Amino acid sequence: MLAAFTGWVIIGRVPAILHTPLMSGSNFVHGIVVVGGLFALLNASTITEQIIGFLAVLLGAGNAAGGYAVTERMLRMFKASGNKDTSSK
Amino acid sequence: MLLNIPQIIIEASELVAAFLFLFGLKRMSSPVTASSGITVAGIGMLVAVLAAFLYIPEVSSSAQPHLAVNIALALIALGLGAGIAWWSGKKVAMTAMPEMVALYNGMGGGAAGAIAAVELFGHGDRGVIPLIVTVLGALIGAVSLSGSLIAWAKLSGIIKKTLRITGQQAFNALVMLITIVLGGYIVTVAHGGDALPQLSLHAAIALFFCFALFFGVLMTLPIGGADMPVVISIYNAFTGLAVGLEGYVLQNPALMVAGMVVGAAGLLLTLLMAKAMNRSVSNVLFSNFGATGDQKEGDIKGSLKPVEASDAGIAMRYASTVIIVPGYGLAVAQAQQKLFEFVKLLQAAGVQVRFAIHPVAGRMPGHMDVLLAEAGVPYDLIFQLEDINEDFASTDVALVIGANDVVNPAARTDKSSPIYGMPILNVDMAHQVYVVKRGEGKGYAGIVNTLFYADNCEMVYGDAQAVLVKMIEAVRSLAGAKH
Repeated sequence: MLAAFTGWVIIGRVPAILHTPLMSGSNFVHGIVVVGGLFALLNASTITEQIIGFLAVLLGAGNAAGGYAVTERMLRMFKASGNKDTSSK
Repeated sequence: MLLNIPQIIIEASELVAAFLFLFGLKRMSSPVTASSGITVAGIGMLVAVLAAFLYIPEVSSSAQPHLAVNIALALIALGLGAGIAWWSGKKVAMTAMPEMVALYNGMGGGAAGAIAAVELFGHGDRGVIPLIVTVLGALIGAVSLSGSLIAWAKLSGIIKKTLRITGQQAFNALVMLITIVLGGYIVTVAHGGDALPQLSLHAAIALFFCFALFFGVLMTLPIGGADMPVVISIYNAFTGLAVGLEGYVLQNPALMVAGMVVGAAGLLLTLLMAKAMNRSVSNVLFSNFGATGDQKEGDIKGSLKPVEASDAGIAMRYASTVIIVPGYGLAVAQAQQKLFEFVKLLQAAGVQVRFAIHPVAGRMPGHMDVLLAEAGVPYDLIFQLEDINEDFASTDVALVIGANDVVNPAARTDKSSPIYGMPILNVDMAHQVYVVKRGEGKGYAGIVNTLFYADNCEMVYGDAQAVLVKMIEAVRSLAGAKH
């Protein structure tokens, strides 16, 4: 509940300009599910559990890494007019 | 074991990770600190993943003999999943961002569903409440997986048709009902109840997932392309919720906190978006848009007035204030760079140029901001609807590029219009309006735009990229003639 409230408060103050990175950022944050997948896989004792656990880690890792990659790319593009950086096109 | 050192380290690092997530998200709330925010959250993720491996000496005795295989599997899955996603995330075009987010989001939902499946298959009775929570997490995760995949397919154009069958809602409700009944059955049987001879627990779990996945497909298929951003946002919240629920089952604080934060944040984001589009969330999910597009053509006064791109460009050169309203059409034409080049020319000539972004410009909220940022437009030139709307009345020229419904004054004046009440950018109040458009077609909502017929509005027909090139040339040759 506390966490839910915190999430609400944090997002409530974010300017609309950052909504897309925020969405992919929060998308990245729930990539933490990979940790749950790791627990499940390490504890697996049957083939079924191993297969599903493997899938869980695979998907979770994809969620986390992909979410991080796109969010970071987007956020790095935001620049104030003061510093004209030409490294990104 | 009285003092369990690895356990303490794991729990401590998970709390640290959870804290880093919150801190990172908070930093993301301002463009100045945003890019450090994602780094902080990334560190949190690394800490949590590494800590999970400390768990190795703690696995249950039944899993002990499989440990080596399991560790190998875990490393392969981590490397493979992270590698592929990282590579695709670095490569994807900014315009394709919404479908990429949908895809990653579906993966997260799938992972949450898979964890629930392991819990249900592997462990017996854990009490009624954890069982219910597991099943609930499984349901939400599975719906989020298949729903996100459909959303991804629709956004990337693999599925183009919007499938609607009669009695869809009743059918969806039926599928949902079956899924819930199966979920209830699983909880009862796993809690020590007797399984029906026709339906073993494992079969019930498998069926349950099939129906949950099917429901996600059914729920997403009838939703039109314009509403997809809202849908992705909902699934984002769903995945967060599923992760949070599984975190509760696994008693993992990092999962619980992160999941709940994303769940709440996603919900709020969804509501914000729906409000910007003047639709309620249930309206997006359960009704079909565009059925009431009958507008009396006779209501429209005035005519369409075409103008040459070069003339419009020169007019802007001699204006003192210009506001540019970009829409998705700009991104389709890949003309952001050209636009910024034109803006720099105007600025060099002493024109005050600003960008006005409608909350739903682009294909997800804030998408247009990202696309402009990619072209190098500084974010302090970009203004949101509520910050700039009053300035249109004192602006010389408003330039609308590839946007349509979001500047339609009918939303303010015409009560019969389906978009009536939607917040719009008041470009019609500017002294002169130029609209860059490919043709005379209608926008997403399929409504005639009365702005185009207004006396102060002139149309520049053509591809946004080509039009901007002409404008740039016109302004350049003007400057050249003077010197």
